[in-house]
Order: sequence, then C-alpha cells, then structure tokens
Amino acid sequence: MYTAEMLESMKKVEANRAENAVLEPRRMTAQEKTDLLAAYHPDYKTGEFTELTIGANKGEKVPHELAALLQGKSRIDPANISLDDPDYDVDVLVIGGGGAGSSAAIEAHEAGANVMIVTKLRIGDANTMMAEGGIQAADKENDSPAIHYVDAFGGGHFAAKPSLLKRLVCEAPEAIKWLSDLGVEFDKTEDGTMVTTHGGGTSRKRMHAAKDYSGAEIMRTLRDEVLNRQIPVVDFTAAIELILDENGHVAGAVLLNMETDEILIARAKTVIIATGGAGRLHYQGFPTSNHYGATADGLVLAYRAGAKLMYPDTLQYHPTGAAFPEQIFGALVTEKVRSLGAKLINVNGEAFMHPLETRDVSAASIIRECSDRGNGVKTADGIGVWLDTPMIELKNGEGTIEARIPAMMRMFGKYGIDIRKEPILIYPTLHYQNGGIDIEPDGQSAVPGLLVAGEAVGGIHGRNRLMGNSLLDIIVFGRSAGKNAAALSKDVKLGAMTLEHVNKFNNERAAAGIDDDTVSPKLLPSYARKQN
Amino acid sequence: MENMVNIFLMGKKYSVPANLTIMTAMEYAGYELKRGCGCRNGFCGACATIYRIKGDTELHACLACQTKVEENMYIATLPFFPLVKKVYDINEIKPTEQIMMQLYPEIYACIGCNACTKACTQELNVMQYIAYAQRGEYEKCAEESFDCVMCGVCSSRCPAGISHPQVAMLARRLNGKYLAPGCGHLEDRVREINNGTFEELIEALMQKPIDEMRELYNNRDIEK
Repeated sequence: MYTAEMLESMKKVEANRAENAVLEPRRMTAQEKTDLLAAYHPDYKTGEFTELTIGANKGEKVPHELAALLQGKSRIDPANISLDDPDYDVDVLVIGGGGAGSSAAIEAHEAGANVMIVTKLRIGDANTMMAEGGIQAADKENDSPAIHYVDAFGGGHFAAKPSLLKRLVCEAPEAIKWLSDLGVEFDKTEDGTMVTTHGGGTSRKRMHAAKDYSGAEIMRTLRDEVLNRQIPVVDFTAAIELILDENGHVAGAVLLNMETDEILIARAKTVIIATGGAGRLHYQGFPTSNHYGATADGLVLAYRAGAKLMYPDTLQYHPTGAAFPEQIFGALVTEKVRSLGAKLINVNGEAFMHPLETRDVSAASIIRECSDRGNGVKTADGIGVWLDTPMIELKNGEGTIEARIPAMMRMFGKYGIDIRKEPILIYPTLHYQNGGIDIEPDGQSAVPGLLVAGEAVGGIHGRNRLMGNSLLDIIVFGRSAGKNAAALSKDVKLGAMTLEHVNKFNNERAAAGIDDDTVSPKLLPSYARKQN
Repeated sequence: MENMVNIFLMGKKYSVPANLTIMTAMEYAGYELKRGCGCRNGFCGACATIYRIKGDTELHACLACQTKVEENMYIATLPFFPLVKKVYDINEIKPTEQIMMQLYPEIYACIGCNACTKACTQELNVMQYIAYAQRGEYEKCAEESFDCVMCGVCSSRCPAGISHPQVAMLARRLNGKYLAPGCGHLEDRVREINNGTFEELIEALMQKPIDEMRELYNNRDIEK
C-alpha cells in the first residue's frame, strides 16, 4: 500500500519507536506558540480574508468564501413568495438535524411546545455523527468546572465569551448524565467510573468517550429519542431564508424541498438555528473532515436578518486529517489516537513536538514541519507526517486499538493498512468553525425570537476549541435553546409575516456595489465534474 | 493518462479513474448527489450500496464512500430503506426479554440464513447480535452491534423482515440506561454544581484580568 519512499521513512519510524514512545517531548512556551501560529496557522494568512462591506459585521474580515456567501444573493425574490397560507405552523422551528438541533427539539418537546425539525439532508447527517474522540466534563475528584474553564479559556486564546464558557463547563456533568439517562453507552470501568483521557490542551483527564464512535453513539441515541417522541422531522428540506414579523421578531422560515424544488412556508413563534459548520467551503483549499452539508447556511440566514457574528475569521484545522491513502484524504483521525499515546513523527523518525498541544498549535507545527523544515513525507495529494499508532499498543498492551479506536482500525484497514502494525500519514484538515452567531447564554441572538445552538454559535470557545468541547456545547446549548424557545413561544404574539429584510439586504448590496452573483445559502458543495 | 476502469451506475456504463471511491466516481460521472451522501466518511450509513462484479453472481453490499471502484462493477445505491422503527418511552420500558417480544417480535422468525451478516457493510456479526436480542442478552447485543451505522443493508436481505439496526439501537439504549453500572462520581459532581459549590470560584475567574488568566493558564499543573 505505502510507496517505496514512504516505506523507507517508515523504517526510521520503526527503528526509533521504542525510544520515541517513552520520550516526553517538551511543551512549547507561550511565546513559541504565539510565534508559531503567526507564521504557520492558516488563520493568520491575511491574503485569505475579505472585509465585509454590508451587514452587522461590516468592516470585519472573514474568509473569502464566507464573505461571498454572507453578502450573497438570496435564492428567492420576496415578490414571488406568498406568506399568506403557511404549510407549517409551530411554536418552535428547529433548523438542522444534528446533535444541537435534536437536543433542542427533545427539550422543547419535553417543555410541551409544538416543535418541528427541518433538515436539508437526513436527521443525523451532521458533524456530530462524525465526532470520534469524546466529550469533556469535569466530573472526576481531581477536576472541577473551574479547571475546565481555565483550560478552555487559555486554549481559546483568552477570547471566549465568559458567560458562555461558564455555562459550558458548569452544565457539562449534567449533560453527560442526561445522555447516560437516555441510554448513551459511555466507556466505564466495572464499578461505573468513567474511563477518561486527555485531549490536546486539557490539564485533567476529562475526555469521556464511547470507543471512537462517541459522536455517532450520541447522535443515533438522540435521533432515536426524537423519533420516539414523534417530533416531526421534515428531511431533505432546507431553510433558505428566515421570515420576520412586522416588528422584527422572527416568525418562521422559507423552506426548499431539495428534491422537488417546491417552496414551503413555515410559521413559527421561535426559531432555533442549529445548522452546524462550514468545512465544505474548503477554506484555503483545505480538505475537510466535515459532513456533506457543512456550508455555513445558518450564518447566512441569520446575517441577512440582522444578527451579528462573533469571530467568523477563525477556523479550526484539525492537526490529524488522513493524508494517505487518497480515498480518505482529509478524513478525521481522532485526537484520541494521540490521547492513547501515539506521537507525531517526521520523515527522519524524530518526535518533533509534544503530541497534546492545542489543535491550532499542533496544526501549525505540522505545517511548519512539512514546509520550511522540509521534514514531511510526500503523498499523492501533497505531504504529511507520521502518526505512530503502533506506539499505542506498546504503551497500553495488545488489543487496545481494537477496543478503544475500532473506527480508525476499520477506516485504514479497508485500504490494507493495519494501524496496529504500521503508522499512518496525516496532515491538517479543515475541521471546525470556531466563530459563528453571537448569542447570550440563553441562546438568544440579536434577532428577537431567533436562538442559535451548536457549531453555528460563535464565542463559546474563543479563537480555538479544545477537543471534546464541541460534543459538549451542542448538548449544553442545544438543550438550553430548546427549553428557552419553548418558554419564549408561550408569550409570543406574531405580527404580519414579512420578507422585507431580504429586500433591504438586496438594497444594501446594490448600494455597496456588490455585483458578485454568488447565491446563498449554498446548501451543498458542488463536486460533480463539469463536462464540456 | 490516468488508470481508468469501467463501471455501471444503475446499469449505465461510465469510464472513471481507478483510484476513486464509488461515491467520488459517481461525482466524476456527473452526479450531483443529494440522497445517498452524508458524512462521506463511513459513520452515517447514508450511502448503502449494492454491487456485483460482471461474471460473478454474488451481490455485495458496501458504503459508497468507503469502497474503491473496480473494473466491471455494477452499482446500485440504496439511499433509503424503510426500516421498522417502533416507538417507546425509554423511561417506561425495562430491560426484560418481554420488551423485544412486544416491540420486535419478528426477530423470533429468524431462520438463521446469515444473509444479514454477509451483507453487513461494517463486517459485524449481525445474526449473532439478533440471537443475543432474542435471549434478552442486551449487554452482549449492544457490544456486538456497537459499530453499526444503521445503513439498512442487512434488513434489505432478510427473509424474516427484521429491522436489525433498530433492534440493536433498542438494546444499546437499554444497556446504556439500565444495565451499565451507575456512575457515582458523576452524580456527586452534578449535585455539587446544583448546590453552587463552584459558583464563586468561576465568577472570580470571569472577573480576572486577562494577564492574570494568562499567568494561571501558563503555569497550571497538568495531570500525567
């Protein structure tokens, strides 16, 4: 499977394995990290960003691809849309069928609201399903929500919104308990103690997991619960514009049947945007670990309705995307591989960094190793460094890989690579949208009645997210958005529905001289080969 | 010139590069996928696919995103399969043998043909986990079925009409909620938080100037 050149380098990795396995590489100083990020992290490449000229974040910079969509043309002409006879009329409309949307729907339903989920693919087609490594919660004796707070705040470069971060860490144990009570199977010892490990940048072992199917186990359980409650799920139906009422309160959404192109109108007293991230925009040409629908739709909808974004210029490049074989290029190799003891090794067989630095630092360090330092291993699609998986069993004993990271073993096994015996090649992959829509701790955005949960939120993690804090935030903020939306909807008296904000946005576009004909939201990436 | 192979998508012939997966080959052929494409990484089960190699009689099942194309591969996608999903209240049911009899009685009609196991895209021992479910051995059923992505191929091949992924889903939830040992340290921590044990500490952190937080972060001790 591996090329001759790779095998040559692999010999050096094998020769140094025993020595590298026991080595504890030095962690970088704060100054070293700052310098490294400035020189090598993609977020710091100023040429890759555009200044927004309209909307609530006017004057701020975001990636080119996102700018085009945020300032893009609506898919509809309000003049052609009739709002008089809605197809759906609910208390709470949840847009997005991932972990945040499902949690929100369950809690809204629990609170007695009439709730409905719309999703452009199926419920569960979401980044939640693909989260492998785990979920953080400070529930061990030597840990506390305060320590969790410091880890996350520092890891996010002291930029997180404190009120959001407080909620995240304080409600983490309760989130784990809620999931457990729903039947999620967390890894435990025989006496019920949670099996927990480190993630990059954690100071306590607080990563809870369900093997390396952590997100899948959570997602399929939430989906099952949504179905048990018989909450309507309208799938293959995208929200393409929010609807407001005459007083500026959110009042529903314009929906598009993805298969028939039929336009449908949903009236709702509150709306929860839980549309996830943006990996499929392939910022700076990076491959992505994200699911097919990760195209920042919720950000576009909210921005056009007047919401403000927080840190839309910061993305997470997961240090370990698969670099080989090409069929899985960019696919996620869970951080848990490093939590369990595998180290990052360069072409010469050297452990060039501590394996559990934060994700931004690790990604930048790998990029440096593969570029200026010239210590990468060439692949068909580019370059990578080794992640020495056999170290895991050297350290923890035979059978550890199959028991703890079976998905990784399967993913590479399909291409003839036995990760118990051979190391794998990795390179950073576009993984997470650190920024998103600005909210208050109750989930409320700047648009009254519009709540946001999950990856579409900005500010919870600051400018870099720690492993295991995203599965956590979708549960904590999803649940709270569902509860709050249900409560709010009791007192909402909607006025006449209108799409006037879309007309207003069109006028702003014209006034700013934007004649780019990009249509948004994007809904799906375009991968079909265009034939002549 | 790239190394090309001939494949048949829903019976129609296309020439595609040999290094592609079935999913990327469909896109190379010009398909704009809506159904049958989810995580693109083997976790979501959206892209269940049946194929046969010309000259061979056996049908194989796979996930389109996880399988390389081969010469003379006849491919049909199975983007949706109407599995039976029974509705229940997880707080009301108990992990007894009776619950399977009530919700999924068809599992007892299994004829032992093993077609489910042969078809599994995750190479799970599907018939075995159904046998565990029949006997009310939910912990074993949960473990055996754990890597299931619920693509539905097993059910498409079952002469007894069993919705295997849904049976396994029920077993896992029963196991996770009722059979797995409870977690004392989790319960304790939730109680402490509800009692406001950490409130002051966190409020103090939220008020600290960034320089002090930086100091605290850069000098914190890290568990070995």
